[in-house]
Amino acid sequence: MQAFQFMRANSIQHAIGAAAHASTAQQGASVRYVAGGTTLLDLMKLDVEYPQLVIDINRLPLGEVEHTATGLKIGALVRNADLAQHPVVKRDYPVLSEALLSGASGQLRNMATTSGNLLQRTRCMYFRDTAMACNKRQPGSGCAAIAGVNRMLAVLGTSEHCIATNPSDMNVALMALDASVVIHGLRGERQVPIGEFFVLPGGDPQRENVLEPGDLITHVLLPAPPAGTRSHYLKLRDRASYEFALASAAVAVQVVDGHIQHVRVALGGVGTRPWRSPEAEQALKGRAPNETAFTAAAEAALRDARPQSQNAFKIELARRCLRHALATATA
Amino acid sequence: MLTSNPSGMPFIGGRFARVDGPLKVTGRAEYSSDYNFPGLLYAVPVCATISTGKITHMDTSHAIKMPGVHEIFTRANIGPLQRVPKHNHGQMILDEHRPPLADDVIRYWGQYVAVVVADTFEQATAAARRVHVEYDAHTPDVRMAMTTGGKTDIDSHRGDTQTGFSTAPVKIDQTYSTPIETHNPIELHASVATWDGHNFTLYETTQSIMNHRRVMAAMLGVPVERMRIVMKFLGSGFGGKLWPWPHALLAAAAARNLERPIKLVVSRKMMFEDVGHRPNTQQRMRLGADHDGRLLSLQQDYLCSTAPNENNKEPCGEATPFLYSTPNLRVTGGLVRRDIAPSTAMRGPGAVPGLFAVESAMDELAVALDMDPVQLRQRNEPKIDESRNVPFSSRHMSECLSEGAKKFGWDKRNPKIGSMREGDTILGWGMASCAWMAARLPADVSVELHADNTARVLSATQDIGTGTYTVLAQLVAEYTGIPLDRITVDIGDSKLPPGPLSGGSMVTASVIPATKQAAEAALHQVMQAATQPGAAFAGTAMDELRVENGRVRRKGDAGNGRSLGSILADAHLDRVSGKGSSKSSSKDADADKLSFHSYGTHFVEVRWQPRIARLRVHRLVTMIDGGRIINERTARNQIEGAIVMGVGMALFEQTEYDARSGAPINSNLADYLVATHADQPALDVTFLDYPDYALNPLGARGVGEIGLAGVAPAIANAVYHATGVRVRQLPIRIEDLLQSRVSV
Repeated sequence: MQAFQFMRANSIQHAIGAAAHASTAQQGASVRYVAGGTTLLDLMKLDVEYPQLVIDINRLPLGEVEHTATGLKIGALVRNADLAQHPVVKRDYPVLSEALLSGASGQLRNMATTSGNLLQRTRCMYFRDTAMACNKRQPGSGCAAIAGVNRMLAVLGTSEHCIATNPSDMNVALMALDASVVIHGLRGERQVPIGEFFVLPGGDPQRENVLEPGDLITHVLLPAPPAGTRSHYLKLRDRASYEFALASAAVAVQVVDGHIQHVRVALGGVGTRPWRSPEAEQALKGRAPNETAFTAAAEAALRDARPQSQNAFKIELARRCLRHALATATA
Repeated sequence: MLTSNPSGMPFIGGRFARVDGPLKVTGRAEYSSDYNFPGLLYAVPVCATISTGKITHMDTSHAIKMPGVHEIFTRANIGPLQRVPKHNHGQMILDEHRPPLADDVIRYWGQYVAVVVADTFEQATAAARRVHVEYDAHTPDVRMAMTTGGKTDIDSHRGDTQTGFSTAPVKIDQTYSTPIETHNPIELHASVATWDGHNFTLYETTQSIMNHRRVMAAMLGVPVERMRIVMKFLGSGFGGKLWPWPHALLAAAAARNLERPIKLVVSRKMMFEDVGHRPNTQQRMRLGADHDGRLLSLQQDYLCSTAPNENNKEPCGEATPFLYSTPNLRVTGGLVRRDIAPSTAMRGPGAVPGLFAVESAMDELAVALDMDPVQLRQRNEPKIDESRNVPFSSRHMSECLSEGAKKFGWDKRNPKIGSMREGDTILGWGMASCAWMAARLPADVSVELHADNTARVLSATQDIGTGTYTVLAQLVAEYTGIPLDRITVDIGDSKLPPGPLSGGSMVTASVIPATKQAAEAALHQVMQAATQPGAAFAGTAMDELRVENGRVRRKGDAGNGRSLGSILADAHLDRVSGKGSSKSSSKDADADKLSFHSYGTHFVEVRWQPRIARLRVHRLVTMIDGGRIINERTARNQIEGAIVMGVGMALFEQTEYDARSGAPINSNLADYLVATHADQPALDVTFLDYPDYALNPLGARGVGEIGLAGVAPAIANAVYHATGVRVRQLPIRIEDLLQSRVSV
């Protein structure tokens, strides 16, 4: 860890003003907000992140979950543990509660926040080790993971420059819930649909999302789910607890008169970003919820998958994961 | 079977809580890195970022000017560190003989190239990152696949395996491999070193304070009398803390050079790079049998990797030669060099990876014979140790097999693959046998009896979390009648009478004879005091007296007698002290006439959900023939902990090396998977509790390691039964099981 300045923000504007002079809000940013610290402190100890200024936003009034006429408004500082146990989340958005509870450990969930989880960084072992080549950490240095130990890495959305997996469980659920992210920045407030929040690595893997210097995530909005929607999160991994997903699936399905009317499908553990699959949704829409439809959806979702030397099994695993999640949600 | 008190000995065999438990759960137990002294400085090593090559340039000029930095030690200024000879009659054991910073050659990723000393850990860490090192790097060879290159040793040989195998009607010829596994005790390796200008006192994370003392004295160039090692509590070692590692020398040398106390705690990442691991193994098994399942020949040819400059062998044939009856047997072992750091012992070295191969192959033989695997093992149960042609001191493997099968419900097993189901879940049932050595190390023990009716037992052994504090207190209680809460156990300090190292499951067996002798010697002095003129039992012959419940009575006298303490007080003695000393079991008169081992069986149920490719270990029934159990509670804790470690070995653990850099790349607890609480199956452990009196007066052996042996093959065999996939390369992973053709 390298020495840094620490300040406590006493208002949203105070935070934004202090952060705005940074040249980037992406990898290597000279200013970082800290909430739960469960990602940032780790990366600072590893010298992967080395901000000169760390702004503590924990005192900002962003710790509430509000049930509004249009849905749910989740404050940026709502802890994962609290969000997972929130009665409206458990009732109307079970996929989110299940996703949160499948992640990390009880201790980490008590610290980790909603906005922090949105910005959770990859667990790619080469990203986390400064002795290794990594285009995400050090643009132009190469990707050591592609010819390296890549069992955990992505099969969807990769590029020749980066195959790092987005490790979040929560974000996969948010994809299936049509969430949007409320961002306050120098030019005021804006809402970004979750599907547009994360960007693909392409030739520029150090950029992971749309945030610009000064931008502060203040809330996540969830629209009310269509009536009768059932949702489910299924996470597959080697051990029973405390491991990132090898493959996961978040599904939200509304069945009307024996046919799938509304459906959202997102995959985790396999994509460079939380992976919404319009192809799978297309394969399901209007169909009866049965094994044939689920298989077609699973095939469609993984059609463009490109495996590395050690992770081809993830394709079949993700298919089984999605089929089972759909079967569970529609049972 | 063990009942609450089978021996009629009140302090032996029951369920006794750890005497050090309250200290641990209240945070008062001082682990080695907890020690602090005035003026203490923090040391943080700089680690090589290549695996093989040379340092061509090192620039410390920026780092040395950073806040709080006192000194940066490199090859140029670390001062003298001596090399101990590799062959020294076992007096000084270590697995990395090169003293740290001895030259500019890099032999493994993470090798220490410098050490920064600063006022705080954070300052030292920040400066260590700023030490600039340039290398001439070569391409490392960290391949896991091995081919026989150098010479192989014959570990055990009888009969003619070539003919035995080639003429056998039923054959198995398969190769099994186990990966590099890294010890991950929660407590990191640590050294707190102090130097008073004349004497070193080192607070170390070690499983062997006496060996540590000899090695550190020799390498630092001081007589052993000027070297003191303290280790009061260990947050587990699993073999990784048996022998000294280079960080301890860096800390001690820095303390000497700066004349300040130094604390050096290695990072979790360094745990994967600098303090040993279990090497990977590759074992070709050839089994030949007749149609009735009688083994005609058994061959095990194993290879294991070793560091460029060390010859550390993982003796995979440890349990093979005496496990089964067969006229023809051969075990060979060979080393294959890799550009990987020196390996070391991990719980059940040799036997644990070795039994994965042996017991997997036995299961394959059972399948080939269409015979029940329990029956196959019963059929090949030997009457004597055929490798040495001597009887077993105490072997009840057959009962482990039959009783384990009964407790598990094995007779309900349908051997057809994937045939046992519960809804969408397929049940797999598998089993394996296990064995581990039994022996005593030399031990010196003192027992003091005090006038306040307390006792103290002293020995320079150590408790590595296994229960040695408690067992020593029990022994003194048993021999003196003084209750456990009035006994102080003083261990973990090299100034005490030299005791055994904590390895090989040998401490309990080793300390019994010496503790008995010491307690009896102390009691003898109490008797002398009791019978001297004017004393309570003046005029009574000493052999007319007996000690019971901490009190002295005349034999046949129903009275209350006198407490040991009051006799000492009457004689104006504050305390008496008795000494005990016992030799290694290899020096026993019948050492060559008996075969000493512990035995056991594991029966496993795995659950396989093919729809989601999810495998979980559901339950285990384990039988242990480990001699008399001294403390059922701490012993059970050892076996259960080992089984959970076995779940990790079977399904998760594997240190992965990046092929180009040679770095152990999953060097953290998120990427190196061990079993979590949620992975723990239901455990049902039974101790047969047959005393092995040929080993010591209480018949105890040791249970630290045997619980791990055999778990991985039992799970692999159960996985085969559930899925039809035979996994011969650990760990068993989802990608292997996706090949299963069993569906629901």
